[in-house]
Formats: sequence, C-alpha cells, structure tokens
Amino acid sequence: MTFGILSFGAYIPRLRLQRKAIADAHGWFNSALKGQGKGERAIANWDEDPVTMAVEAGRDCLAGLGPVSLEALTFASTTFPFLDRLNAGVVAEALALGQDLATADAGQTQRAATSALLAALRGGGPSLIVAAEKRPVKAASPIEMTAGDGAAAILVGEGKPVATLLASATRTADFVDHYRTPESEYDYQWEERWIRDAGYMPLVPPVIKACLAKAGLGPEAVTRFCMPAVLAKVANSVAKGAGIPDAAVADNLHAVCGETGTAHPLVMLVAALEEAKPGDRIMVVGFGQGADVLLFEVTDQISALAPRLGVKGHLARRREETNYAKFLAFNDTVELERGMRAEADKQTALSALWRNRHTVTSFVGGKCSKCGTLQFPKTRVCVNPNCTAIDTQEPEPFSGKIGKINSYTADRLTYSPDPPACYGMIQFDEGGRWMMDFTDVDEKDLAVGHPMRMMFRVKDIDSQRGFRRYFWKAAPAATTDLSGRA
Amino acid sequence: MPKGIRDKVAILGMGCSKFGERWDMNAEDLMVEAYTEALGDAGIETKQIDAAWLGTAIEEQHVGKSAVPLAVALRLPYIPVTRVENFCATGTEAFRGAVYAVASGAADIALALGVEKLKDTGYGGLPQRGRGTLPNMTWPNASAPGYFAQLAAAYRAKYGSAPQDLKRAMAHVSVKSHDNGGRNPKAHLRNKITIDTVLNSPMIAEPLGLYDCCGVSDGAACAIVTTPEIARSLGKRDLVSVKALQVAVSNGTEAQHNSWDGSYFATTRIAATRAYQEAGVEKPRDEINLIEVHDCFSVTELVTMEDLHISAEGRAIHDILDGFYDADGTIPCQIDGGLKCFGHPIGASGLRMIYEMYLQMQGRAGERQRKDLPRLGLTHNLGGFPHQNVCSISIVGQYEG
Repeated sequence: MTFGILSFGAYIPRLRLQRKAIADAHGWFNSALKGQGKGERAIANWDEDPVTMAVEAGRDCLAGLGPVSLEALTFASTTFPFLDRLNAGVVAEALALGQDLATADAGQTQRAATSALLAALRGGGPSLIVAAEKRPVKAASPIEMTAGDGAAAILVGEGKPVATLLASATRTADFVDHYRTPESEYDYQWEERWIRDAGYMPLVPPVIKACLAKAGLGPEAVTRFCMPAVLAKVANSVAKGAGIPDAAVADNLHAVCGETGTAHPLVMLVAALEEAKPGDRIMVVGFGQGADVLLFEVTDQISALAPRLGVKGHLARRREETNYAKFLAFNDTVELERGMRAEADKQTALSALWRNRHTVTSFVGGKCSKCGTLQFPKTRVCVNPNCTAIDTQEPEPFSGKIGKINSYTADRLTYSPDPPACYGMIQFDEGGRWMMDFTDVDEKDLAVGHPMRMMFRVKDIDSQRGFRRYFWKAAPAATTDLSGRA
Repeated sequence: MPKGIRDKVAILGMGCSKFGERWDMNAEDLMVEAYTEALGDAGIETKQIDAAWLGTAIEEQHVGKSAVPLAVALRLPYIPVTRVENFCATGTEAFRGAVYAVASGAADIALALGVEKLKDTGYGGLPQRGRGTLPNMTWPNASAPGYFAQLAAAYRAKYGSAPQDLKRAMAHVSVKSHDNGGRNPKAHLRNKITIDTVLNSPMIAEPLGLYDCCGVSDGAACAIVTTPEIARSLGKRDLVSVKALQVAVSNGTEAQHNSWDGSYFATTRIAATRAYQEAGVEKPRDEINLIEVHDCFSVTELVTMEDLHISAEGRAIHDILDGFYDADGTIPCQIDGGLKCFGHPIGASGLRMIYEMYLQMQGRAGERQRKDLPRLGLTHNLGGFPHQNVCSISIVGQYEG
C-alpha cells in the first residue's frame, strides 16, 4: 500500500461569458479592456457559489469509488459564502460523508489549496481536499476579465494512488500583490509587472530548486509544470528560470475558463492528471504570500480510474453566454427591479433545517423495508398505497440517481433570477419522485422522459438576514455519464 | 358506504356580490353585499340563523384570523361560527359545514359565506406565500400557473396529442368562458375574445398564456340552508336540494409515488365517483345537466372533463371543440363565465358555483338562463397543486321529496 493521490475531480460551471461581451460593455470607459476581449471565462450560474461548486467537484472526485470512509475534508477558498459557519461542513453534509470526519476551511491566501493538499499528503487516513472560488469582481476591473469560477477536488490516502508525491517545498513571504479585508467587497491589486518582477520571478524558482533537490531530480525531469498565473508568459519565465523545459509548461486555461483563484492550482493539476501517462512528473505551484511547490509522479493506476467529467468534461459541458448584463445581475452588481414576488420572505427555520438535514442537504430519502418502495423524502408512513407501513423506511441516497422528467413548465410569472423558472416532476428510475427546480437547462430542451441528474445548488437567498439555503436541483444528464457515481 | 346527505338539506336563499376589482370595497363590504341578497332571498332574519361558516383562504391579507370577522360584519347573534380554509375548495368547505350542521339536526338554519379580497395584496396574480418550513426548503419556487401548466406536458405525452391541438382546445375553453361571462352582469371579465387572442397572448407558464389563466378578483358569495321541511314551512316551492358533497384530499401518492402520470387529478376522479354514488347518479354524461368546474387554468378544465367521467379519457379535446360544453351544448360548463371570467376570489368560488346552479334551476339566471331548466348540476373545486391537492364536489338538484 502506498500513500498518494487516489482520485481527482473538478467542476467548471456550464456558463461561459464571452470576454468580448465584457469589453463591448466597458470599452467606452476603459479602452485597455478592448485588447483583452478574447476567449471566455466560466461564470457561476445564479444558484452556484463556492460551496455548490466544491460539492460537485467532490462528487466528480468520488465517482465510481463506492462508499468511501474519509477521515478528513478540507475546503480551500478565499470566497466562502459563510464567515462563521463551517463551509466544509455543508460540503461534507451534501456529500453525505457521515459525521465521523474532521473538517476544516482553509483560506486567506491563493495558496490555501496547495497548502491543504500538502498537509493531507503528509499522511494519515483518507482525506478529501476541495477547492473552489467565485471571486467578486468590480465591473470593468481587469480581474473581471481574468478570473473564472470553478472547483477541483483531490482524494489522498493509502491504497493504489494514481500519483505519489516525490517531494515538496514551501516558502513564506508576506508579498502583498492583492488583498481583501472584511470591509472591502473586492480585491485591491498592485501593478501586474511588479507582481511578475518582484513576486513570481524571484520567489518561485528557489522553491522549485529546493523541491527538486529533495526529490534528487533535475529540472528536466518535470514533464508537466502547473503554475497559475494570469500574466502571459509568467509561467514560462518561471520555468525557464528554474531550468524546466518550456514544453512542460501547462496551459493556464485562460482562454476557456479563466483563473479559478485558490482552486486553480488543483484545477490545473486535475487537467494534467487527465492527460497524464504513467511515469509523468507533474509539478504544481501555489503562489500567495510565498509559494508551495509539489512534485508528483504518475503511476500506472492512472488508467484504472472510473470515468469522470473532470476539467475536460466540464469544459465540454458548455453554454456560451453573451449577455453581460446577466452576469452583473447574477452577482448583484446592478440593482434590478425584481418585483413584488422577489420580496417573499426566505427565512430558514434553522431548527427545521437541522432536523431535516439528511433530506435537504444530503438528499437522502427512504426505502421501505417491507415493500421496497423508494420515496423522497423519507417519511414515517410508506407512500405505496398497497403498503402504508409505519416506520419501515431505511435511508436511501437519491443524489446519485438519474430521473426522468414526468412533467415540466417554464414559468415566467414566479420570481427567478434567471427567468423563465423551469421546474417539474422528476421521476427516479428506481422509484421515488419529487417536484423540483431545474437548473442549467434550456427551455427548448425540456421534454417528458428527458433524463436528469441531481446537482447541489443554492435554493434561496435570504437577503434580509444574509443566509442562503441549499438544495438539490435537476439538470440534464445527457451530456454526462454518471453511471456508478456515488 | 354511508347513507349520505342526499335531499336532507335544501337551499333557502343565496347571494353573490359582483366579482371584480372592487377597489372601493373591504372584505366586510363584500360579505354584507352577498349576505343582504341571500337574506332577502331566504326571507328570514339574522336572528333565525343557528350556526355559520366563514370560508376565506388568504385571511391574513384582508379580514384576519378566526371566524370573528364574519360574526362582526353580519352582527351575528353570538352563535357558533367557524372559519374554514382548504385551498381553493374553501367556499365549498364552508357550504359543507353549514349543510352538515342542518343534516345532523344541530342547526335548523345555517349560513355559509365565502369571501376573498385579493386586490389589496398588490399582486397581479395570487400572492407569493410561505408553504411551511420544510416545503420552503425543498419545493420549487413556483407559481400556480406553473404547477397547473405541467398537466399539459403530461397529457400530451400520455395521449400523443399535438401541442397545437391541445392549445386550440384550451383556447376554446377560454373563448367559451368569455362568451358566457359577457352575459353575466356580476362577472369580472365581460369582454368577448377570439381563439387568436388566446393563442397569441403572452406566455405565463408554458403552455399557459395570459388568456389560459383565470382572473384574480374580489368577491363574496353566501348560502343559507335548512331542511326541506322548514323551507316548505317558510313558504318555499321548487326547492333546490343538496344531493352530494364530497371532498378528496391528496395523501402524497401523486407527489411521491410513480403510479400517477401527471395528466389528470386523482382526487377529482375519486371525489366524483363518491359524489355520483351519494347522489344516485349512474351515467353522469346522461344525467348531469350543468357543471361548474375549477377552471383556474384552461388546461385544468380540459382534464377535469375526463376526471368527472363525462368525457372519455383522451377525448376531452374533441368534446370541447365539438361544443359539447358550450352554453348551448349538451352539458354547459361555466355558463356563468367560470373562474376565468366570473373571477376567482378563492374563498367565494365554491359558493359562487352553487349560486349559479341555484339560479339556473329556479329559472332566475337572466340572459344566460338555460331554457331547459337544469335538474341536476355539479360543482367542482381544486385547491393546491395537481400533484398534491384538495378536491371538493357538490351535486345539487331540484328537490324531489
């Protein structure tokens, strides 16, 4: 048995805002943006945030593994929806990982995910590292162009790893290229060329050198070099400074995704693992108030992993968005007149949420031990008209099930941040059904019998009290093969 | 099967306010408007009423809680008064309370009044309301048209109906109601429309357009009931009596068990079967002369024709387009304009339907009167959502005792 990376997954939201739409909107104001209007960036749907993206990346990572008994889960981000509520706790509940695991949020730096991964790789029981970021961006800011929303997840532990850690090195340096405080909604950033010349270039290569020295390898041994950096050619310059061949420098996904902040080192690692062959050596750099450098060697187990969407699959699950105003509205950057229906009170009874957490957060229903009927939610009395036995239902997870549309509509009357609100009755293939919101769906694709899968999403935002509730929604299953998914 | 209440209770008098956007009226004014007519029609005094039921659904938006608002509005003499609420079946529930009180002998004369003052909510449609702590966490953020629109998707899938055929039959339902509402001075909407108006109206919830949806109105309706014997003793002739009153409430099967295909109302089928049995009706298509159904949306009326066992399954489109349910057809449906055009003040709707039956059977329906005095009529309400609802059915008819 060896310790290492046992599995990996990722999540990139389906909507891709065309950077040209941003440039077109702001070119009158900041003509410099016109030159950046190429490619597209992933944007979270209105009902996505770092928690929901982390859950999807976690599910992608655990695909096909069957029940996993984790000892720890760490969630890395600098854009947690909650400041005082364990965000990793929501993720653990949604992934139905049980309560016997240690959970932690890791944040405050773009290096949080690589540091969390490093800590997990030092040993111990099986541990899941998830990282997700959805950076708040000011309209017409450079980061609005360069950032992307996304998540990645890495499972480490004893077993048959797909990659093992050869060596790592870390340096800490209070280099402030950008910052955000509790009072400031958005990042404040210093000059890009200074970040390159005084930050990346002097700080990272020595850490790479230390890492390679520990591994007893030369820089030419690195076959894939993953370093998120928005500025063009910075990764190439750092690689060159460290002696790593230019051909090894991995694409930073800027053209198709944008930089997913804290998550991006892991997103790039996952993208590298998807393409990797046994024997490949992947170096990952996390940069933020210093640098983490991790060097992995890919094993022959890489081809034994069950299929997953990963970065490649999620990038293929794509819908172009050219409406920049929609992006502003999704992020509350403009104040739309939402109408009286949006005023409905969204208060969550926290006691009821706790009592019903398996139903609401874990999407666990029931299976009658007497007649075998599946039902959601789990209830005291069996719904089968020919059974109606009392207290016979065993917990039955529904989040991994595929259902079919039994009825549907596209509703333009009810309030939705993205009208029309599409919803309908989902009938699960093995039994059970529920009237559900749909997400990531186009009205024209709705049809009775259409297969749908479950996704963890923001259900309602209680702007009055700053709370948000999460629940599961139905999304088209067609672009994905989730067979065997946990 | 219980013996039921067939012919045990007669309607002594009824009243109905004008429905519509009654900007100058409180719920209290509407209650008094309906009650004054009912009291005059019954020919009694308030002190002769032994018990009363108030039906109102969204009480926090107008009269407030409990039965006190009815007792205060009508200055009832400290009698038992009960407030009932059962979604859109509320008006019929109030009627059921009064009828059962008389049938049991607990009251000689009982009153049922339904009222809703919706135009003070500020909403164009029904207001958005909480649904309970757990449903708020798991149910879609849906509107009433959105829930009912789904019948169309499931119905099309089941019968292979072309969307445009279903849409055309739905449009006929709305055109018919506008034709009928135009002949009813108390109706909210009295304008005639064409099939094209319906087909080209803005989409509310696919495939329901604006003209597939009923009006949201203010209004009240009232019934005073007693035994046939007392009615006779008060000088009444040509009595209209209650033949059946049934309520069926979903138990979650449609919402949670895959045995339901989503194209019909399980509750209506069950309630209708029980109601026919209670009323002694064996062949509803041959015996029922007039129907008022819960046409909250055109597609609801369409599938209800099958759920009431009047149109054969999958055949409602054809009966509707053939004019079977038109005002001059075999069994007129919504001869008063229905929810679509008379309007839908939730708590009043069930009683408004019975009011129309009562007028038609006594030949007092004015311009819209059926010449062949209907002898047996059915009213039907649906409350809630197609997959989880309350259905009430009443059958009233000319008393033959």
